[in-house]
This record gives sequence, structure tokens and C-alpha cells, in this order.
Amino acid sequence: MATSAPGGKAAVSNTYQKARTWLLLPSWLVLGSLSLIPVILMLVYSFLTKEFRGGVIWDFSLSAYDQFFFDRGLFGDEPPTIDWTYISIFWRSFWQAGVATLLSLAIGFPTAYFIATRPVRTRAIWVFLITIPYWVNLLIRTVSMKFLLRDQGPLNEALIAIGLIDSPLQIVNTNLAVQLGLFYSYLPFMVLPIYAAVERYDFSLSEAAADLYASKWVTLRRILLPVVKPGVIAGCILVFVPSLGSFLAPDLLGGAKNYMIGSLIEEQFKGNAGNWPFGAAASMILLTIVLIILIVFAQQQSRHEQARV
Amino acid sequence: MAELTAKLDVRSYTGFKAVTLLCLIILYAPLLVVTIYSFNASNSIASWDGFSLRWYVNVFTGPESTKFKLAAWNSFVIAIIAATVSTSIATLAATGMIRAGKFKLHMLSFGLISLPLMVPEIVTAVATLIFFNAIGFDRGLTTIILAHIAFCIPFAYLPIAARMQGIDDTVEQAALDLYATRKQVFTRILLPLMTPGIVSGFLLAFIVSLDDFIITNFVKGAGVETLPTAIFGAVKQGIKPNIMAISTLLLSVSVIMVTISYLVSKTDKTT
Repeated sequence: MATSAPGGKAAVSNTYQKARTWLLLPSWLVLGSLSLIPVILMLVYSFLTKEFRGGVIWDFSLSAYDQFFFDRGLFGDEPPTIDWTYISIFWRSFWQAGVATLLSLAIGFPTAYFIATRPVRTRAIWVFLITIPYWVNLLIRTVSMKFLLRDQGPLNEALIAIGLIDSPLQIVNTNLAVQLGLFYSYLPFMVLPIYAAVERYDFSLSEAAADLYASKWVTLRRILLPVVKPGVIAGCILVFVPSLGSFLAPDLLGGAKNYMIGSLIEEQFKGNAGNWPFGAAASMILLTIVLIILIVFAQQQSRHEQARV
Repeated sequence: MAELTAKLDVRSYTGFKAVTLLCLIILYAPLLVVTIYSFNASNSIASWDGFSLRWYVNVFTGPESTKFKLAAWNSFVIAIIAATVSTSIATLAATGMIRAGKFKLHMLSFGLISLPLMVPEIVTAVATLIFFNAIGFDRGLTTIILAHIAFCIPFAYLPIAARMQGIDDTVEQAALDLYATRKQVFTRILLPLMTPGIVSGFLLAFIVSLDDFIITNFVKGAGVETLPTAIFGAVKQGIKPNIMAISTLLLSVSVIMVTISYLVSKTDKTT
């Protein structure tokens, strides 16, 4: 994702040219059958008819997509009107992921900048400190967040103890809890690409700006920010995209009212009441949105690369 | 004087250090709180009754210990198999991508390898479930292992490929000139040089497999639990002190493994 395609710029070595097919075959077979074909099958399933005990009947049908976008009344015989139920769940997911991304940017940018301007020796340690929490199990991190934020939890107790509030704030089961959970889950993803971009930044540009009497904030906004913009966008995407389809944070921190795409999809497959074609259709819509975001991003990155050359 | 140099230094911004410290506090506070409360003597999570190891004893000998031990064993077996297989596949793939000249399907192969990183986890979970359903494969431990092998490949591949790109191919050329076979070059020269990349690739794949909840939850058979699915099931009924002890143990495993990976990569002089 954030790395450039290996093999791009380095001198082309061809020691194993003859064995290439055999070397790549295992990865083609495994990923072809367990990643690519499943996604294609999912597309097929989204056009099938649902089986009531879960699973599908192999009859072509558009009902999954129809159910997603339109309301045809209780008996399905009224003229279709736009059904906002599922669209609004997607909208809420966008909103929640967006707030989490902005929060991460607000904390992540200064952090990344600070780390990138440390002496070379200590940078690796700072980066290491930022990455450790990412490698801790996401479920455990989300549970920890819930433990911290709950009504009688340490955060509320601390706030009461210092006299900031009188009674506990209800954070768990609100939109805010989900936003904080997503922010917490993916914060390291914001820091790392911005750090990489600032580290490559040539500070003599800022010095030139300072010599020409630009204030520090003007220098940051007008000189540094345009140069490190690809890193900032990469960070935003790395937080936004996984937040959009996340399941654990909305499920554990949000409660029933703060439904997101992940829970909607999960519900279609777990237990017996689910609707597989509808779940497949919702997954296809999510996947399409994510791929569009990634393609636009990739194009922008390559345009930026060209502008620099 | 100090004020003057601070003004002249175009790099530092007031407040950025404070935000960095805040960032670290945010990242670590929830984990520290859970770690501290895992040593709580109290029966409830709401109050602190002094230091005790009773919940750790409970994890290993308490009424739920059989369930969690089996789940931990499953998680461990799945992670070992998935990490070993995906690291082997990734090592071969990296050799094919970086040591086998230019070819037409290069971008396509790289796209395929990074596919599990681009597709949202919940979508991979749905797609894999549908795949096993369509081919009539009964869900159980095997389906979990197969799914894990697939999504671990990019995590193993990236550090291995990064390492391989750092290795100058003149060493291989020299060995070939001295009549070493390609197989000998691979096992005696390339593999030893790649070890740091392979070790970090393996460790990352291991942790990613150990951590996975969503995909496992979709493709596991009824009654088969891994540690994350067992913890999720327990947490749904409320956070209990034994869950905090298990969480702290699992958290320590991750931290130790990442630290090893970091130290191994520090010995890597090529990057």
C-alpha cells in the first residue's frame, strides 16, 4: 500500500529468470484461489436469490441491490421509492471514518513532524514506540478502550477526581466512542507515512522562506505542506479505508444505535436469519468505494511524482 | 541567547512536542490501564482491591481455563502453520519478482500479492466464506488456516522483498562465475543474506494471524474457537477480570515479538 512496487528502480537482476514461473506459481495459485476467485464469486452471489436458512439459490436476481437502494412497500408491489435505511448506514460510516481520520491527522501530523526532526539516531526508537500498539491485537485494543471509557471507568473516575465533572460522562454507546475507537485503532497509520514524507523533506526550503521573512506558520502551510502532501493523503487513506469497513469498534463501543457497514454485512452471514446475496451486494458496494478511493489516490501520487521530476 | 537560537531554528514548532507526548499517552494509556487492572484482587472490574495474581491463576486453572487453553492452542497452531507457509511462498515470490528479470506480468503479480491489503477485511471475510460455501468445503480449522495463509502473504512479502532489493546481485554473479549452481547460490548465498527479512516477515505474518478476528469469525466452523473469537464471545457478556489477564498475556506476546523483529532488523546493515 504505502510502499512502492519492489523491483521498480533497482538494477534488474535475472539470476533466476528461467525458474520465474515456478517461483511465482505458489503465490499465484494460493492468492488466485483464496483471494481473487472468492471476490469474483462474491460478485456472482450478489446477483443470486437468497436461501432462507443462509446460503443462496442459483437463480439470477437483482433483488439484493434493489433492496439496498429501493423501498417497494411491505408486499413489494408499490412503485419504488428510494430507501434511505442502508444508504444512511453507509453515510454514517463515512462520517464516523471521516471524524476519526481528522482526529488522527490533528494528533498524527505534529507527532510525525516532531519525530522526523529528531536526530537520526533516536528517530528509529520513536517510530518503534508508535508502531508497538499497532501490533497489539485490535480486539484487545478495542476492549481496552471500552474499559477506559466506560461509565465507571478510569477516565471518568479521573475526571471526577480532578473536579472537571460531577457525574460520569456517558461515552460508550455513543458516536463519539466509535470515533475514538477508530481513531485509536488506526492512529499509527497516520503517523508513519507523514513521518516518511517529512523525513525526505529538504529543510533548506524552509530556511529560504525564513530568510525571506515568512513566519513559521506560513512556512509550514505554504512550503512544507505542499511538499509532504502525498504523505498526508496516504496517512488519511490508511486511516479512512479500514475505518470505513471496521466491525469491532462500532460493535463493541457503539452499541445497537451506531450501526456501521461492517455490522450490517456481518449480520447477513452470522446466524441463520441472514441474507447472503444482500450481504454480498453490500460488500461489493463497499469494495467498489474503497477501490475508487485507492485508484484516485494512486493517480494523484503518480502525478505528484511526475511534477517533482 | 537560547531564545535567539530557538527563533532561528526553522524546524521546531512550539506545541508539537506536547502533541507527540499526548499521542504516546493516547496510544499506551488503554493498554497500561488494562495491564494494571489485570493484577486486581477484586472480583469486579469497577474497584481496585490491591495487587494479586489470582486472575492469572484463574486463566490457567479456573472454570473457563479449558476453553481458553484450547483456543490458545488453536491460535498458536494456525499462526505457526500460516506464518511458515506464507513466508515460504513469499520468499519464492520475492525471488521471482526481484531476481528474475523484467516480465509482462510483473505489475499484475504485485497486484495479486498486495490484494489482501487493498480489500477491506470484512469483504475478504465475506468472499472467503462464500468461496468455501460454493466449493462445498466444511468450515473448521482447515478453512481458518487456508484463509490465514492467503492474507499473511503480503505481510511476509514486504519485509522480504525490501531486504532482497538491498542485496547487491554481484555476489550471486561472482558465485555463478565460479561454477556454483543456481540452487547452491540460492541456499548458500541468497538465503543467508535474506535471513533478517525472512525473520521479520515470519514474525509479522505470525502476529497478523494471531490477531485476526473478523476473517476467522466468518470462516471458522461451529465450536472451533481461536483466542480472539473466544475473547470476543466472552466480552459480549461484559468485561471480566480474567479477560484482562488473558489480554495482558496476549499483549505481551505481541510486544515481545515486535521487539525481536525490531532488533533483528537493526542488525540489518543494508538499509
